[in-house]
Amino acid sequence: MGEKKNYLIFPSPPTPYSLLPTPHSPLKIMAKLELKNINKTYNPKIIPVKDVSLTVDDHEFLTLLGPSGCGKSTTLRMIAGLEEPTHGRILLGNEDITFKRPGDRNMAMVFQSYALYPHMTVSENLASGLKLKKTPRIEIQQRITEVSQLLGLDDLLYRKPGQLSGGQRQRVAVGRALVRRAQVYLLDEPLSNLDALLRERVRADIKQIFAAQKVPVVYVTHDQTEAMTLSTKVAVLNNGYIQQLDPPEHIYNHPANLFVAGFVGSPQMNLLTLTCQEHDAILGNFRVKLPDLPTVPPQIVLGIRPEHVHIAQPDDPQTIQGRVYLVENLGMYNLVSVHVARSGSEPLSVRALLSPDQNWSDGEITLALPPQNIHWYDINSGDTLYSHSHS
Amino acid sequence: MKNILLWGAIAFVVAFCLAPVMWQILTSFKFNQDIAAVPTVYFPTRITLNHYIELFNRRPFWNYILNSAFVSIVSTALSLALGAPAAYTLARLRPRGSRLILAGILMVTLFPGILLFFGLLEIIQRLHLGNNYLALIIPYTAINLPLTILVLRSFFEQLPKDLEDAARVDGYNTLQMLLQILLPMTIPALVTTGILTFIFAWNEFIFALTFMTREDMKTIPVAAAQLGGASVFEIPYGSIAAATIVGTLPLVLLVLFFQRKIIQGLTAGAVKG
Repeated sequence: MGEKKNYLIFPSPPTPYSLLPTPHSPLKIMAKLELKNINKTYNPKIIPVKDVSLTVDDHEFLTLLGPSGCGKSTTLRMIAGLEEPTHGRILLGNEDITFKRPGDRNMAMVFQSYALYPHMTVSENLASGLKLKKTPRIEIQQRITEVSQLLGLDDLLYRKPGQLSGGQRQRVAVGRALVRRAQVYLLDEPLSNLDALLRERVRADIKQIFAAQKVPVVYVTHDQTEAMTLSTKVAVLNNGYIQQLDPPEHIYNHPANLFVAGFVGSPQMNLLTLTCQEHDAILGNFRVKLPDLPTVPPQIVLGIRPEHVHIAQPDDPQTIQGRVYLVENLGMYNLVSVHVARSGSEPLSVRALLSPDQNWSDGEITLALPPQNIHWYDINSGDTLYSHSHS
Repeated sequence: MKNILLWGAIAFVVAFCLAPVMWQILTSFKFNQDIAAVPTVYFPTRITLNHYIELFNRRPFWNYILNSAFVSIVSTALSLALGAPAAYTLARLRPRGSRLILAGILMVTLFPGILLFFGLLEIIQRLHLGNNYLALIIPYTAINLPLTILVLRSFFEQLPKDLEDAARVDGYNTLQMLLQILLPMTIPALVTTGILTFIFAWNEFIFALTFMTREDMKTIPVAAAQLGGASVFEIPYGSIAAATIVGTLPLVLLVLFFQRKIIQGLTAGAVKG
């Protein structure tokens, strides 16, 4: 498999992408993409997108993140014009484009399956959109050369998609979007068909390439790593609603509700439903001090990320004891699962990420839960009740 | 050992399937004496082209071929031109009641064509379409449409939807998309169904026999069947065999020519592989 080898490497360009001249003419009008109360109803039972509002500015890379069926792809397809929203409006610049045909929107899209035209060569694939717009031949040629140099497609221009490897097809798909010099780029899980090693490589390239375009980019993924690394802004979607719309760091440090807390972060945040007594939450045989709340609910959800749980030092204010029942080696860390001592009913389980040099004796372990890293959630609404403001 | 068995089996199957064809070919080259000889002459020692020459000299055989070709080509083109849009509509646009329509189409294919015969005869008499190419073209197209629609529909359903979306984002309108993106990818399916229709139209006998009575309007199967000898008692086996061969040859050439296209999977590489 000689092919395999060169598809492991997304060829390093001579200059970093960000240093390349931006392909836009300086006169081009930059535009803000705006979604206002978008709703898509197929029938009363199937409503993939219930109410989504967001804006994406030039230079912004917005990721729609969510589990499958959360409405992220439908939202993207409505931006592209492939579906019409049932309610709501889509604005580009100050123009209402809600019902414009996809071809008239000057948006370019990269599909999960790449969707290259199989009967055309790479070069024809790249040129197809421009030809329809009656771009002069010389300019088409120029842009193809430019893009194929940027993406390392020079040697592939006269091949057909069937003769390309997965990584090469993916690059052609990106190239077909780039030659368009669109006002908005839309990417629908463009990395999900690549193998893990290649994916990391391409992820970094995509970040640089699209940052250099300086126009709104909307990216759809269910992969939180992609969302965290690529975006300037992440919209976490579930059930057709935006759960949280914030920069990635903020999403990670201050999840707005239980869903975001559980969905973002790997390994998953510890989420424990606890009973409250006076100003404490009862965690097994231990008490965790509640923050200042207007009223103390009968039950509350405590959230803490495994990486914030550590082996207790003498001066730690909040500690719990438990028995280690599972250690998973993740290389850099051990993921340690602990049953917290609890009289009576089933034990509660807490997971901690500990570096491999940390030891405990005899399966018994004392863990510290730093109060500044604890999140508190309402058990009914799932909304955050208290989150420390510093990150 | 395994190989010997395999080749033996292949030889048997080939002989079993092609023996009648072989017999016709041999007969068409035999002298009349050899055809009637007892004991049977299986492999002629002397061959002649007389039967073929007679075919074209004593009868307007070119005319029959042209009739057949015209009727077959037009019905094939019509059934593809009508069937492809219908199939696309059923596969992608899914109008209301498309399931019912599909069930109806399937019913039509189950209906034995011969039962339509008297009805058609009546219609053709009323419309005075006898001895008119339309009398064959219309029924041939109609009979083949259901199969064309069913085959093309399942083919369109297999085509990745993303391709059409990509085309729309690129700015193709529906007609451009159909002609420039979908059609080139549909060629294998079009060729396959087209050939089936063509073969049916080329070989059809009953309608052609009944609706075309004028000599210069006859198609090959009818003409071949009606070849007569010098007297009522003579059956011109040699000429009939030659006519059969001449009638089959275009089909064989057609299939061989398009074989590649039929097999070729053009969609390879459209989406992730």
